[in-house]
Amino acid sequence: MARIIVVTSGKGGVGKTTSSASIGVGLALKGHKVVVIDFDIGLRNLDLIMGCERRVVYDFINVINGEATLNQALIKDKRINNLSVLPASQTRDKDALTKENVGKVLDELGKIFEFIICDSPAGIEAGAMMALYYADEAIVTTNPEVSSVRDSDRILGMLASRSRRAELGLEPIKEHLLLTRYCPARVAEGEMLSVEDVVDILAIPLLGVIPESPAVLKASNAGEPVILDITSDAGKAYQDVIARLLGETVEFRFLQVEQKNILSRLFGG
Amino acid sequence: MALIDYFLQKKEHRVTTAFKAKERLQIIVAHERSGRNKQPDYLPQLTEDILHVLRKYIQVSDRSLSINFDNKGGDLHVLELNIELYDENNTD
Repeated sequence: MARIIVVTSGKGGVGKTTSSASIGVGLALKGHKVVVIDFDIGLRNLDLIMGCERRVVYDFINVINGEATLNQALIKDKRINNLSVLPASQTRDKDALTKENVGKVLDELGKIFEFIICDSPAGIEAGAMMALYYADEAIVTTNPEVSSVRDSDRILGMLASRSRRAELGLEPIKEHLLLTRYCPARVAEGEMLSVEDVVDILAIPLLGVIPESPAVLKASNAGEPVILDITSDAGKAYQDVIARLLGETVEFRFLQVEQKNILSRLFGG
Repeated sequence: MALIDYFLQKKEHRVTTAFKAKERLQIIVAHERSGRNKQPDYLPQLTEDILHVLRKYIQVSDRSLSINFDNKGGDLHVLELNIELYDENNTD
């Protein structure tokens, strides 16, 4: 059975698509068959972050409307063998996604892939609800900032009440906290909520902490998910996330202010 | 007085913005969570009444009736009533 994982947040701009792309790539690099689905109908962007925007021919809505087969719409990643992307439609068709037709597509995908990553749109409208409805697990992407934490809590409420698992009274969706854009230096100054603060408030298990990093913008500029930048701090932090998703215990990194060595201290590096 | 002000001010200064953020979030999140699963006040009495009526006709235990009030967002509220009928084969 495929693991259906929704990457969600409530608030926009916190790193859902960046995380979906890197998690998809990371799992595929470990040899798993992975598909990443863009649920942001009308505002497709996963293709850009994954670097396959020029290869989009058919999309999720075409598949749902029977205008294309799943195989025609799936874009195979050129870098990694086991990875595919199902892009969102650019034409806004508000009611295109229903529980029935999304369920059918996920069923089909479940026969091919081990992991189905659903990149949710922001907000709590129909698109976001569809992205989380069939999920087995949820990665709640949160910035250490008041509005993001509050919205994440709202989404936790939705996961607990509006999902298929909730409606059928099944085992609840497994929730993971992914804290992104973390600045240990600002935390030390008392200017930013700490990991412990956010975990305290949201009360869900921590999956990963991605440090604020210039590598993330560089990665999206190039269409190369940041996890492929193996020397970057953010890339390494995403690799740790993958290990934890696969059941390994990995110590959290990048939580402390980096100690500068004596030379860079002397020369103000 | 100036001395007291000095100490008060200093103490206030030590409260970081991150601390304020956490405090504010804890309050608002707790408040919103309590509202999330808010059930109408009449629900326990309604449950009792329905059980009373049902028992005129069929055998039902307290557990076989579940009433759920769900806020589907916006103006849509759903009152869901579930009655499990007694099954002779069931030892429950």
